[in-house]
Amino acid sequence: MIYRETGQFKTSYGADQAIFPIAQDRIGMLIIMALAFVAIPLTASDYWLTTILLPLVIYGLAALGLNILTGYAGQLSLGTGGFMACGAFAAYKLSTAFPELHVLVVFALSGLITAAVGMLFGLPSLRIKGFYLAVATLAAQFFLLWLFNKVPWFTNYSASGVISAPPLAIWGETYVTGFEATPRAKYLFALSIVTVMALAAKNMTRLKIGRAWRAIRDMDIAAEIMGIRPLATKLSAFAVSSFYCGVAGALWAFAYTGAVEALAFDINVSFRILFMIIIGGLGSILGSFLGAAFIVLLPIFLNNALLAMGMAEAVALASHLEFMIMGALIIFFLIVEPHGLARLWQIGKEKLRKWPFPY
Amino acid sequence: MSGVQQRESAVQRKRQIGEVLLAVENIGLRFGGVQALSGVSFDIREGEIRAIIGPNGAGKSSMLNVINGFYQPQEGVIVWRGQRLRRMRPHFAARSGIARTFQNIALFKGMSTLDNIMTGRMLKMRATMLEQAIYWGRARREELEHRAFVERIIDFLEIQHIRNVPVGRLPYGLQKRVELARALAMQPTLLLLDEPMAGMNLEEKEDMCRYILDVNEEFGTTVALIEHDMGVVMDISDRVVVLDYGRLLADGPPEAVRRDPEVIKAYLGVPHE
Amino acid sequence: METLSAVLVEPFVAIAEAPMFFFEVLIGGLLSGVMYALVALGFVLIFKASGVFNFAQGAMVLFAALFFVGFIDLGWPIWLSLIVTILVMILLALAIERVVLRPLVNQDPIILFMATIGITFFLDGFGQTLWGSDVRRLDIGIPEDPLIIAGLYINQFDIYAAVICGLLVLGLALFFQYTPTGRALRAVADDHQAAMSIGIPLNVIWAIVWTVAGIVGLVAGIMWGAKLGVQFNLALIALKALPVLILGGFTSVPGAIVGGLIIGAGEKVAEVFWGEVLGGAIEDWFAYMLAMVFLLFRPQGLFGEKIIERV
Repeated sequence: MIYRETGQFKTSYGADQAIFPIAQDRIGMLIIMALAFVAIPLTASDYWLTTILLPLVIYGLAALGLNILTGYAGQLSLGTGGFMACGAFAAYKLSTAFPELHVLVVFALSGLITAAVGMLFGLPSLRIKGFYLAVATLAAQFFLLWLFNKVPWFTNYSASGVISAPPLAIWGETYVTGFEATPRAKYLFALSIVTVMALAAKNMTRLKIGRAWRAIRDMDIAAEIMGIRPLATKLSAFAVSSFYCGVAGALWAFAYTGAVEALAFDINVSFRILFMIIIGGLGSILGSFLGAAFIVLLPIFLNNALLAMGMAEAVALASHLEFMIMGALIIFFLIVEPHGLARLWQIGKEKLRKWPFPY
Repeated sequence: MSGVQQRESAVQRKRQIGEVLLAVENIGLRFGGVQALSGVSFDIREGEIRAIIGPNGAGKSSMLNVINGFYQPQEGVIVWRGQRLRRMRPHFAARSGIARTFQNIALFKGMSTLDNIMTGRMLKMRATMLEQAIYWGRARREELEHRAFVERIIDFLEIQHIRNVPVGRLPYGLQKRVELARALAMQPTLLLLDEPMAGMNLEEKEDMCRYILDVNEEFGTTVALIEHDMGVVMDISDRVVVLDYGRLLADGPPEAVRRDPEVIKAYLGVPHE
Repeated sequence: METLSAVLVEPFVAIAEAPMFFFEVLIGGLLSGVMYALVALGFVLIFKASGVFNFAQGAMVLFAALFFVGFIDLGWPIWLSLIVTILVMILLALAIERVVLRPLVNQDPIILFMATIGITFFLDGFGQTLWGSDVRRLDIGIPEDPLIIAGLYINQFDIYAAVICGLLVLGLALFFQYTPTGRALRAVADDHQAAMSIGIPLNVIWAIVWTVAGIVGLVAGIMWGAKLGVQFNLALIALKALPVLILGGFTSVPGAIVGGLIIGAGEKVAEVFWGEVLGGAIEDWFAYMLAMVFLLFRPQGLFGEKIIERV
């Protein structure tokens, strides 16, 4: 009844090519944005902001990055953690070597550095496909982490290998990273970056470059014969994806944990993010965030459930159960809905269009 | 078609057919120990409809793959508009205006019909990645221009109703049509069709024939097609190449090929009259 | 210049100065490569028969070892623990076939691959929920004192491991070559549909293959557990089977073995002679990097066949 597109006539291809061609979607998006940017910062507690919302948006960004590579371009990667670490350390080195650089410049540059590293590890993708590539990306994961762990230059020769992220201000004295920043400022900062990057991803994936990615994913031979260069296209997917992961890693270290350490980005992070896009939906921008929300909220929900059952000390048990449930859910989703939560959302919308008179 | 009409259209077509567009000379192609093609030479003239026929495994598809650079022959030369090439590259072929459809449909299954056809415009788009990311200026302008062009092809092939359907869900006949649309979106000079009518019923075949003839006559597109339906081949093609066991068996106008004793022996069987 | 010499010259000098030591390292590496080969072997079996890239092979190693050591710690004799664990692995194979493979039949290989990542997490979580996450010592009575052969110190345990691995491979080869089930398995590996059309029950075959892979995993788990203790790390070590597969090719049993030996020997030699210069712990990534570089030159692996793409 409410969600109807009847009577909304598109009179130009421009209107049909808009990001949200249906009026209700536009309004819905505006409401969500208003909630995220205004209502949540005004009402949410610091606990909610720092332990749930901040990791949620940052994970969402990393998942989006992986989704570009895996969901859109079809190149499976298990090296997301390595690329995030790369972004975090690049941001750290840049902000300590050039303290006068603006925080946005630091983040953009660390994204670009990660993009370059990503392209380097993407080079084998010309000759190898699928599972073989997955193993090659494992090399990125283990090698990069080892590099940041073992080469003292990356940690500015700190003895412990754990370093705190320097405070950076977006303007004047308004800090958005490090311990000086308020949770609200960090959340808004991260959210703004993520929103802009998500919009950019939406545009890229639906225009020329996105079509090239999807074409390579669906049938690389035909794509080649359409004049799409396989290597350039795959490398561009690696570059854009790594850029997103790099910025997410920098945000993770600078805005969320406040510490730059390689161990925060181990292989489990890579898997976690892969799970996000499977559960959320491969090849869907919205799905990346739905999946991130799901995976971030699941352990919190589990812990609380165990607590409620009077098993307060069962931390190890909770993490094992989390593993089990996550594994089972992955299988469940792959069987029932390989396109993830995003697809369920779409089906819901289809139903809603006809509601309450389906015939 | 009556005899008079046929003669008239033949005269017309002679006028349309021009210079040699593409020639292959002495092409030899091996996979390991298997000789797929050996010493094959023929040419394709501008504006004609050229059929390639032959029994299964004769090397027809391999020949198309050589022409658009997917296979690299060990021997021979490809002459494209007077330019002698040792081998073709897929990207060069696409840029030079060689488009192609496949025997086993090679569409991008996860993408909508519209997106599939839009990939045909890819080489003509110039916007940088950054411009695309903000969907501004050139990126937006290009997208809308090419969309308008693609819509004309969609109208021409009568597939408006499936514009936004993922092609994986379409029935076979429509998929074949979308594939043709995608190739046409490249505004090809030379269109290679690999069994465009395989597995179709009579009505669908008639539609497809009409589209091919329209494309050839209205846009002057040169067409090279592989087809098993002899009726179709004899009706629409200007010249026919016959391959057998990777060798050239005959080459000439349909009537001559039909009467060629070698061809009858190897391929058409004994004439039943 | 100095670093270059430290990387490019000095390690070779060290090797030339103490060849005996080098051979000891090499043999140690080869023998630990046998363990990688064991995991890779289970993997190849599944890939050949069902085309599934089973990421969970490592998790199955840990899972089997956890059950085995768990039963032993309950005071059960070794033979009983072994039999019951094999039963558990059979149940697991049946469950995986029924719950995961059957509903996902005809899906993209990549979807199945991700499903096996799900299985990995489930097994890791399930095993540890049942048996806890402490390191458990496993003693199955294989002596560990070094032997001196031709002047080389060699760990006796590693030799046992190599012999057991060899027997297992031999047994599998005989099973595949001479039993009707083995023949059916090879038929399925060649062509699913053709095999089905002559009446080979695909589901049964898959369950058998996963059982065999589970038992191979159990052997690997026991050997590894006896060496390092049964702990979560086993699942991570098992990840190294992936570069082994890349070297050997996904479908080749000899490839899995040779690949395992190369990776095992390569990473040991690299760690001992180059590790210090580079900062240590290069074992973490050496295998993957080796595989990646290798892929650039021979994407189909040592024993794989070159693929001709058709359109």
